[in-house]
Amino acid sequence: MDFYNGQVLLDLCNSENMPISAVMKEREITEGTLTSEEVDAKLVTVLNIMKDSSHKPIEKPGKSIGGLIGGEAKKVNDFGKTSVSVAGDMLSKAMSYSMAVLEVNASMGLIVAAPTAGSSGVVPGVLMALKEEKGLSDEILYKGLLNAGAVGYLLMRNASVSGAEAGCQAEVGAASAMAASAVVEIMGGTPEQCLAAASLSISNLLGLVCDPIAGLVESPCQSRNAVGVANAITSAELALAGVIHPIPFDEMAEAMYRVGKSLPFELRETAMGGCAGTPTGCALGCNICGK
Amino acid sequence: MNFLSIFDVIGPNMIGPSSSHTAGAVAIALSARKMFGGEITRVTFTLYGSFAKTYKGHGTDKALLGGILGFSTDDERIRDAFELANEMGVEYKFHIDEETVTNHPNTADILLENENGHKLFVRGESIGGGKMKIVRINNVNVEFTGEYSTLIVQQIDKPGVVAHITQCLSLHNINIAFMRLFRESKGTAAFTVVESDQPIPRDILQYIKINPNVQDLMLIEM
Repeated sequence: MDFYNGQVLLDLCNSENMPISAVMKEREITEGTLTSEEVDAKLVTVLNIMKDSSHKPIEKPGKSIGGLIGGEAKKVNDFGKTSVSVAGDMLSKAMSYSMAVLEVNASMGLIVAAPTAGSSGVVPGVLMALKEEKGLSDEILYKGLLNAGAVGYLLMRNASVSGAEAGCQAEVGAASAMAASAVVEIMGGTPEQCLAAASLSISNLLGLVCDPIAGLVESPCQSRNAVGVANAITSAELALAGVIHPIPFDEMAEAMYRVGKSLPFELRETAMGGCAGTPTGCALGCNICGK
Repeated sequence: MNFLSIFDVIGPNMIGPSSSHTAGAVAIALSARKMFGGEITRVTFTLYGSFAKTYKGHGTDKALLGGILGFSTDDERIRDAFELANEMGVEYKFHIDEETVTNHPNTADILLENENGHKLFVRGESIGGGKMKIVRINNVNVEFTGEYSTLIVQQIDKPGVVAHITQCLSLHNINIAFMRLFRESKGTAAFTVVESDQPIPRDILQYIKINPNVQDLMLIEM
């Protein structure tokens, strides 16, 4: 069982009466080299790393190698518990968990690239917060990971998930689409609603540039992951409420790729434009690299 | 197109911060270690291009050294690679070369040595998403990814060596996925690189060695 775009995936879901997660698992077993048990075992490892990396820096904050980030996840988590927090529990937790993963990543800790290291906070941030808020079991989260994997696979195959190739929209944008689709399946939405959520996520961040200060995966990557989480939750909520994006997922993936290709070189991970290209961004870059 | 697994999308599981500057660097060095095959007492790295410019902020130096110590891309000991190398008695040195222009911006040279004077030079490129290519062994340009079980035969470029290698593989029922011959110039040092998607057993090496034109054998096991 295989699929090469969103429409074929939806057709398979409908003809086989299977959710996206089940089709993705079937594809992995029939087309790949892993057995069902091996897929399950790998998902356990992935989820364990996601659990650890989204919580560790909240208990024990540390500094990143470049020194641009460290301690933000704990700040956001603490603030979320106060009466003046404006985000609400789900969003506040998801933001702080996603930022925690970026802190782990930036201090040479263990993370799961999902789909990349720079966007590694979004999927675990959303899934961990949802688990706590809705009291979900790990078994449900594995389905969420499979669903997210299906969307990520299609974007990797038919568009790009590389900041150097297509900007941050391809990294945090793709991660949001993956997380949004996973949330929709977990909360009982249809496969069509899953891909509608993914379309919404991509279109909301279309054009976002990749401009890491000093070329490091620290800032603005960390706060972009928090935005990626908000985007995923917003898109999932819209899709679950029955809001349909007029542009189908496959066309949206292609649009994202074309926009990415038309971004100038300076705005694709070269640390020459955007935040990195500002006077302060340049000065920080020089300090860190010792020049 | 190669099969894209869910674990290529939700993965790799890696030590951060960068798949190309950290995970890819670990993979290059780990392959070099496997090729060397024995205890390493001294290692010299040369970093080029983007590796040279941003290695500090990406921990590329720790990643390379970690790979030499045998750590895989998801091993949390990479962070302490300097201290662990000292404990394990591995001498290390880094050269930063921002002048030389290499084919790929993320390129590293690794010179491995042991106490008996055995040396091996390996050049690797980190090509994105944690993937890498080995592009030079000693003076010979080669190309392989380390994603398969890989047999590397160092030989004198004379007739019959490749036939001997394939015969040994065939007798052991090893299916060859890719096979290429690389050489410095006609009649000099050459490398045959065989990649297989099934494990290549170590005991096959003794049979390949029988040919007098085979000088050295390296095996990267999965």
